[in-house]
Formats: sequence, structure tokens, C-alpha cells
Amino acid sequence: MIYPLCFLLFLIGLYGATCKKNIVKIILGLLIMEYSVNLFLILLGWKKNGIAPIIDQSTSHEVFIAQSVDPLPQALVLTSIVIGLGVLSLMVAISIRLYQRYGTFDITEMNKLKH
Amino acid sequence: MTNLSVFISVPLVAAFFIPVVSRKVKWFPDVCGILTTFLLLLLSLQTMNQETVYSMGNWPAPYGIVLVLDGFSCLLLIVINLIGFISTLFSFEYIERFYTSKLRYYSLFLLMLAGMNGVVLTGDLFNLYVFLEIASIASYALVGFGCYSRELEASFKYLVMSTIASSFILLGVALIYGRFASLNIAHIALLIKQYGMNETMVFSFVLLLVGFGVKAAIVPFHAWLPDAHPSAPAPISAMLSGVVIKALGIYVIVRLVYNLFGMTPLISNLLIYSGVISMMIGVLMALGQWDFKRLLACHSISQMGYIVLGFGLGTPLGILGGAFHLFNHSLFKSLLFLNSGSVEYETETRNLEKLGCLSQKMPVTSATSLIASLSISGIPPFNGFWSKLIIIIAAVQAGKPVFALWAVIGSILTLASFSKIQRYAFFGHGRHFDESTHKNIKEVPGLMKMSMIILAILCTITGLLLINGTNGIFSPVVNDLTQGPVPYIEKILGYEFTNISGLFGN
Amino acid sequence: MNREKKTGMSLIVQTVTRWLKGFIFMFGIYLAFYGHLTPGGGFSGGVVIATTFVLLTLAFGRERSLSKLGKVLASVLDCSGALLFLLIATLGILFGGAFFVNFLEKWFPSVNFRLFSAGTIPLSNISIAIKVGASLFMVFIILAVRRVVEVGGRRKLISTEFFETSEKRKDK
Repeated sequence: MIYPLCFLLFLIGLYGATCKKNIVKIILGLLIMEYSVNLFLILLGWKKNGIAPIIDQSTSHEVFIAQSVDPLPQALVLTSIVIGLGVLSLMVAISIRLYQRYGTFDITEMNKLKH
Repeated sequence: MTNLSVFISVPLVAAFFIPVVSRKVKWFPDVCGILTTFLLLLLSLQTMNQETVYSMGNWPAPYGIVLVLDGFSCLLLIVINLIGFISTLFSFEYIERFYTSKLRYYSLFLLMLAGMNGVVLTGDLFNLYVFLEIASIASYALVGFGCYSRELEASFKYLVMSTIASSFILLGVALIYGRFASLNIAHIALLIKQYGMNETMVFSFVLLLVGFGVKAAIVPFHAWLPDAHPSAPAPISAMLSGVVIKALGIYVIVRLVYNLFGMTPLISNLLIYSGVISMMIGVLMALGQWDFKRLLACHSISQMGYIVLGFGLGTPLGILGGAFHLFNHSLFKSLLFLNSGSVEYETETRNLEKLGCLSQKMPVTSATSLIASLSISGIPPFNGFWSKLIIIIAAVQAGKPVFALWAVIGSILTLASFSKIQRYAFFGHGRHFDESTHKNIKEVPGLMKMSMIILAILCTITGLLLINGTNGIFSPVVNDLTQGPVPYIEKILGYEFTNISGLFGN
Repeated sequence: MNREKKTGMSLIVQTVTRWLKGFIFMFGIYLAFYGHLTPGGGFSGGVVIATTFVLLTLAFGRERSLSKLGKVLASVLDCSGALLFLLIATLGILFGGAFFVNFLEKWFPSVNFRLFSAGTIPLSNISIAIKVGASLFMVFIILAVRRVVEVGGRRKLISTEFFETSEKRKDK
């Protein structure tokens, strides 16, 4: 049940990125898309009554294998968050420059590319 | 035997080394950039006819990340590093006209190169996503490199569409991981062979196809390309049109279709139709353009259509045609973009109506652009003719003569639009041509000339690559792709693992 | 918050920042150093280290944080963190035979739950922390140098420090 909710969040982000006219709203839409995918990845590794995937002296290996959540999606999500951070900072930098040139965040007024 | 990790580590080291050193040493970025790309070109030429699987950190295949070198990745490696070297040669003098500093340019350029080398080498789906993002982020920044409003606008458009595509790709990868708990391409292919496709896998395949379709600018997803490619500096346009859309788009689509999911008639038809539609729409868009670089960018969509058509046919001849046209297109499209860059360097304009009579003043640019135009329109002695001929013959042999007819019509329209370039820019002149502004025009400086001449010579002689005995680049590609997923799986996972499969199911 | 004064935020914020900045910085270093044993690691450590400088910028203004970590130094640290990480990975080829091999494990056999136990992993964590801390601070400071001001009844975005020469250029 919770996976379709992730996908719903993804679609909300897609709507925001494609249908909004304001650059800031577009950026927020893209972020919602990215984070819904991250949420989905984390949920893939989820396990009922699971423990954190860290071995310390009190956990034996058998208990760890049986109970811990899947650590690999967490590593993937960490990587994709870092990538998202890079893309976000570039987007913000470009949108600031665009505001400097056009004096607005409205993409319908940015039409110098059209001949 | 080449250590495959050098293709990723060498450009990365150079990219991070340039900003440290060149604050004190002003000549360092140019020299380091050119030397690095030249080294990479030599290394990539050395990988010909090798088949290697390299495990990162000595972790074996389904658990660790592997780098895989087979015929198809070898072809792409050579193309990437060849065009990368020639673009850096061209950049040496060209990039002086930009305000933004050289060290940022070369740093981003080498990051993009590292990302693309990683994409074509890796055998792991998530690692592929990471390298894809490295290359894409560097190319967003390079498209907006000039920092004028048009360039920023194009860069933002490219960024938004490409980020949406990346989210689609990541969701597709996540769905595959949720189904099979593996990220290794060969292992997933093995598990698909065992358990078959279900609805989730079909959904994830569609997501991946859409995502990489945006990166490759196949027609329903092509809207960013005619804006983004002309806005970049000319060597970057050459890289973007010549290499990036192929390495990040076509390469991955072909790899997924042939080695991961397996070719079916439905996918074949999908690729053929989208290829023919992109071919026609691209060339029709190009006919109406008056901006030199925008016209070339629209042709990229059209020529990508030929490549997709070739690979979509699925026959050995079709794959050969697709791979050969991929190689040729990267040569002549880069050459054309470098020509447009030299014209812009001298005349400060890209508008064909304001240009004229450049064939006397810039003989080298004019001659090389003539060769490239003849190549892209498929005139016999040049390389474009042979690859288009192979694709057309393959379409007829596969029992689809209608598509062969469309390919011929596309080629004729290409010739029409390139005769427009030759007529208005080089031999005749446009409507708003002003003689007084064109007085001080001379030929471009030495290295720019040299890079264009190298590409023109390559355009002329690579048609010979097809003769038996010298086709060492293309026959491994055809072998790899026609045999389907099984040899790929066995090569990466080893024969024993494939036999005792079922061990890691679910 | 008064934009005219260059002294930053109020006295309360400044005092609390003065007390807390060292602890936050130490916590970042702890996260990076113990990343192979407890939750944390290079990226989170680096982010916490960068927040120290972000906090300094918010509380005292740009000059104070730039005097602690200059632009050139941050850029050099950024690149050298990445180079150090690549160096550790490349040394794996020399001593272990493949990229990213944990080559220190041969000489320092790993005893579980000790600080010096995971071979090259803590070294990689440290280099990533340097890289992430410096580059996040750079991203913040570059994006934060612009301000919206009223010029002739129209809101305009101006940059105060970086790229000031690029503003002088006119559009095509």
C-alpha cells in the first residue's frame, strides 16, 4: 500500500516540474520527484521489527542476518542525495543568474531563445 | 591488458588537479587538458580487440562493481576519447573569447569525459546512474558556460528535462532492485532469464527507456536539444552532439535492450518507428533554421534516428550499420560544429543571412565543412554514404522496404539543408550580408585549423574501415549484440555461476 | 535584521554561536573519524563541518567566516580532498592489484570495533569530509553573496562580492 503512495508523490513532483510557471516551483517539483524515489529506495530495504544494519559486540552474525534491514538501499540513497545536492545547487545558481538577467522568476517571460 | 580503471581515474585526477595548480601557473589548464585527453586516446586505442572484466576492489561480479570492456564499449571509448582530444585541441585558442576562466572549462570538460567513460565501461546499474549524473551535471554547467541570458535559459531547460529523466532512471533502477535484489547488469539478465518478466519489470523497462530516450533526444523527448546544443561553446557542442547523446543515450538503450531485457519484435518495432519519426522530424526542423548551429543541432536528432533505426532492426547488418553510423556521425557532426565555431570566432555571428563569401577568406574551414556536409548527406566517397547504405540495405533485407524509402528521403532532405549552409555561408551570401563587416576576416589560428583537418581526413578515410580485415572495431560489436544476453552473462559472472543459478533467486 | 549593519544577527545569536561553533566542529570531526564504526561517515561529517562556517556566516557576516576559511583555501581543500580520495583508491592498484582495494588490511589486520581497524575506509572518510566540508561552504558562500535591493522602484538582484566584473558585461 505504501509503494503506490511513493509513486503518487513522484507524480505530484512531475506535475510541479512540468506544469508550473515559476522557476522556484519547478525546482521544488524536481526535488519532490527525487526525494520520492529516495523514499521508495529506503522502503525497499525495510523490514518489520528490523534492527539497524550495524554490527556491534552484542549482536551475533545470525541475529544480524535475520533481523537487520537491507543496508544497500541506504548506501544508494546516500549517493543519490549527494547527487541531488549537486544538481540542486547548480539549479539554484542558474536560476539566480536568470533572475539577474530577466528580473523575474516567470519562465513565460524568458523567451530570448525563440527567433 | 589495460587496467580499465584508468579511464575513470586519469580524467578525474586531472580535473581536480587543474584548479589547484593553475592559480599560480597560467598555462597549466591547456597543457594538462590536451595531454590528458591525448593519453586517454592512446589508452583507448590500445583496448581494441580486448575483452576484459575488471572487478573494483577485487570484489567478484554479482557483489562488487565490475567494469566490462567488450566490443561495443570499446567502440564508444574510442569515439569519446577521439572527439574529446580533438575538442580540447580546438578549445586551446577558441576558449580565449569567453569571460569565464579556462580552469573551470577544462575541469568541467574532464569531469564530463570521466563520466562518459564510466557510463560505457560500468557493468552495474546504479554505478551507471552515478556516472550518468557526473557527465550530465558537467554538461549542464558547460551549456551555460557563456553566462549570457540565452545560454542560461537553454541550460535551465536542458537541466529540468534531464533531471526529470534522471528521476525516471533512478525509479526504474529501484524497481529492478526491488524485484531481484541485485544491481549487476549480467546478474539481472540471468535472473530475468530464470523468472521471466512481470508487470513491474515491464514498467521499469518503460521508465528506463523514457529516461534514456530523453538523454538521447529521440523524438517525443527531443525538445531540449535544439536549444541546448547551439548554446554551448563550439567544442562543447561538438562533444554534446558527437558523443554525449550517444554515450548517455543510445549506448545504454542498446545495452539494455540487447544484453539485459532481450530483444523482442515489439521493442524492435518501437525502436524502428521512433527512429524513422526522429529522422523525418529532425530533418524537417532543420530545413527551416537560419541559425548555423541550430540547424546542425536539429540534424543531430535526424541522424540519431538513423542510428536507432539501424539498431532497432536487430539483424547483424542493421547493427553493423547502426554502429558504423554512430562512429561516422560523431566524426562529421563534431567537424561541422567546429566549423561553425570557427565561423563564429571570426565573424561574431551565427546567422546564415548575415554571412557570406567565406570560401575565399577561410579556405580551410570552407573545405572541411564541404567534406563534412557531403559526408552527412551521404555522397559516395565519404563515410556517411557507406553507413547509410548499410542501414538501407539492412532495412530492405529485414523485409521493411518502406523504412528504407524513408531513410533515402531523409538523406535527400539532409543534402538540401546542407546545400543551404554551403550556399549562404561559404559560396554565396545571405540577404543581410554586409561586405564592410567581413573585411578583416582571416583564417582561424593553427590548432583550430589542425583539429578540423584531422577530422576531415578521418571523414574521408573511415569508409575504408568496412573492408574485410580492417573491420576490427565493428565485428566485435555485431558479435556481442547479436548473440543476446547469454554470452554477456557468462563473460561477467563466469560459467560456474551461471550453471548453479537459482542460488540467489529472490 | 538590519541589512545596513554589517555585524550580522543579534547579540543572543552571536553569543550562542561563539559557544557552540567549536562543539559543532568537533562533532563533525568525530562523525568523520568514527564513520566506520558508528553511524556517520565522510559525507555527514563534512556537512556538519560546513554548517559551522554557515553558522558563522549567518551570525557574524561573511567577513568573519571568510577570515577563517578563505575562498582560495576552500577551493584548494575541495580539490585536494578529492585528490586524496583518488590517491587512496589508486594505491590499491599498486599494493592490492585493483582499484579501491583495501590494501592497509594486509599490514594492519582488522580487529573488530577498534578505532584503527578498517584499513583505508577511515582515510577515505577523512578525505571525503575535507572535500564535502570545503565544497558545501563554497556553494553556500557563492549563493549567499547576492541580495535583492530596490533600485528605482524595481527589485533587482545584485551580487556583492563574487563575479562583480561579470555584471558589467552587457547582453548580446
